Amino acid sequence: MINSFDILETIKMIEEEHLDIRTVTMGISLRDCAGSDINRVADKVYDKITKTAEKLVPTAEQISVEYGIPIVNKRVSVTPISMLADAVESEDITILAKALDRAADTLGINFIGGYGALVHKGMTKGDTALINSLPEALSETERVCSFVNVATTRAGINMDAVKTLGELVCKMAYLTRDRESVACAKFVAFANSTEDNPFMAGAFHGVGEGEAVINVGVSGPGVVHKAIKRAGDCNLTDLAEVIKRTAFKITRAGQLVAKTAAERLGIPFGIVDLSLAPTPAIGDSVAHIIEEMGLSSVGSHGTTAALAMLNDAVKKGGVMASPHVGGLSGAFIPVSEDAGMIEAARKGLLSFDKLEAMTAVCSVGLDMIAVPGDTPPEVISAIIADEISIGVVNNKTTAVRVIPAYGKGVGDSVSYGGLLGEAPIMPISTCSPLKLISRGGRIPAPIHSQKN
Amino acid sequence: MRAVITVIGKDTTGIIAAVSNVLKEREINILDINQSVLSDMFVMVMLVDITSSKVDFASLQGELTTLGDNMGLKILAMHEDIFNTMHRI
Repeated sequence: MINSFDILETIKMIEEEHLDIRTVTMGISLRDCAGSDINRVADKVYDKITKTAEKLVPTAEQISVEYGIPIVNKRVSVTPISMLADAVESEDITILAKALDRAADTLGINFIGGYGALVHKGMTKGDTALINSLPEALSETERVCSFVNVATTRAGINMDAVKTLGELVCKMAYLTRDRESVACAKFVAFANSTEDNPFMAGAFHGVGEGEAVINVGVSGPGVVHKAIKRAGDCNLTDLAEVIKRTAFKITRAGQLVAKTAAERLGIPFGIVDLSLAPTPAIGDSVAHIIEEMGLSSVGSHGTTAALAMLNDAVKKGGVMASPHVGGLSGAFIPVSEDAGMIEAARKGLLSFDKLEAMTAVCSVGLDMIAVPGDTPPEVISAIIADEISIGVVNNKTTAVRVIPAYGKGVGDSVSYGGLLGEAPIMPISTCSPLKLISRGGRIPAPIHSQKN
Repeated sequence: MRAVITVIGKDTTGIIAAVSNVLKEREINILDINQSVLSDMFVMVMLVDITSSKVDFASLQGELTTLGDNMGLKILAMHEDIFNTMHRI
C-alpha cells in the first residue's frame, strides 16, 4: 500500500496549503460557425459551445469528489472571434460577445475566453471590427474575456494596434466606471500569445488546435511556500531542489485530473499548464513564497533573482510530471489576486517598475495592476509597448492587464472580490510618451528572430 | 475502484470498529489497513475496494464525514490514484 506519510502529505497539501486544480479549460473550435449572417453565426456559436461543453462542469465536479482535490474553475476557450468577424457582413459584432456570455451562463462557468484577435503584423476587416467592439463587448457582458496579440518575436510589434489599445482600455474603464472599471480586468494584450493557455483572461483556442481539447492549469503557491518554510536555512541549490520536488507533485495531480477529464469527456488531452497561480486567500500567495526565500518584502532588491529561480525550478519539476506541458507555465504575479502583492503595493514597497522587471523572468506580465484613472491613453499604450518589448526580445509570452480605474487616484483601490481580488492604485511615471506612440508603424522583429 | 480512507484525530476506543462497520454495511471490502498513534494523535489509513459498494462514492464520503464529526475525527475518502500519481514515478 502507499506509504502513510505520503498520504498524509497529500491531504495536508489539499486541506491546509490550498493545493487545487485552478482550472479545467475546454478549448473549442468555432471555425465551422463562420457565415455572413451575424445572427445565424451567434446562434451557431451558442449551440456549438453549449453542446460540446455540456458535460464539462458535472464531469469536473465528479472528478473533484473522487480525488478529493478542489477544481476551482471550469472554463471554455474558443477560436479567436475575429476570425468569425471576417466573414460576417455586419460591422457591429458585439452580438457575438453576448452569445458567448449566454453560453457561459448556460454551462455554469465563470469565464469564457477567445473574444480576441491576433494582429501582430496587421489587421483584417474582422480584426478591426473586433477590436473596435471591445469597450462595448466587455462592458455589456459579464463572463467574456478578451485578448489581442500585438507582437511576436518573429513579427515584431504592431504599434498601430498598441496605440489603439491604449485608447480602448481607457474607454473600457470609463464604460464600467460604476463597476470599478472591471472591463479592463477581462482584457489582456499579449506578445507571443500561446494557443493552449487555459488561464483567463488570455485563453483562446488556437488555430493549430483540433476540434476540441482539454487543458488544465494547476496551482499551489501555498504548497511551495510551506515546503520552503520547512526546508529552513538551506542554501539556494538545495532550495531549488525542494521547489522542483514540490512542483512535480503538484503537476502530477494536474496531469491526473487532465487525463481523467479528457477520457470521460471523450475529448483529447492537450496540455498541463505548470503555472503557480495565486489567489487573494491567505496562504495562496506567490509574493509570500518570494519573501519566504529570504526577502523582507516582495519588491525589494533581490526579488527578480528569487522569482527567476522559483520560476525555473517550478518548470524543471513540472515538466517531468506531464507528457505535454504548455500554456503559460510559470509563476503568475497579478497584484490584485495575491495577498502578499496587495500588501506590498499598499505599503509602497512594490513599485510598478519593479513589477515590470519581474515580468522578464516569469510568466506572464503586468497583471491586474490598477493605475490612476486620469492616465492618458498614450501612457497605457506605452506601458503595453514596454512590456510587449520584454516578451519580443526575450522570446517569451508577456502580457498587460492594467486597470486605469476611472475616477480614482493613488491612495484609492479597486475591489472586485472573488478571484479578481483588490488592487491599490499604483503610481506611474507622468512623463509623456505621446510622440513615440503617435508615430505608429511596426517595431521590427529583433535580430535573433532570424533563426532559419 | 480502490479508495484510500484516512482517519485523523484524537485516539479513542472503537475507531476502527466504527469505520469498519460503516464499510461492512455498504459491502466495501478492506484490502489493507495501517494505523499509528503519535502523541495521542490517531492516524489510520485504509485501502478499500468499493467496486461492490451499495452506495455511490459521494454518499460514502458524506456518511464517513458524519461519522467523523460524531466521533471528533476527520475522515476522508479519496481515489487511490491521487496518491499513486503524486508519489510514484
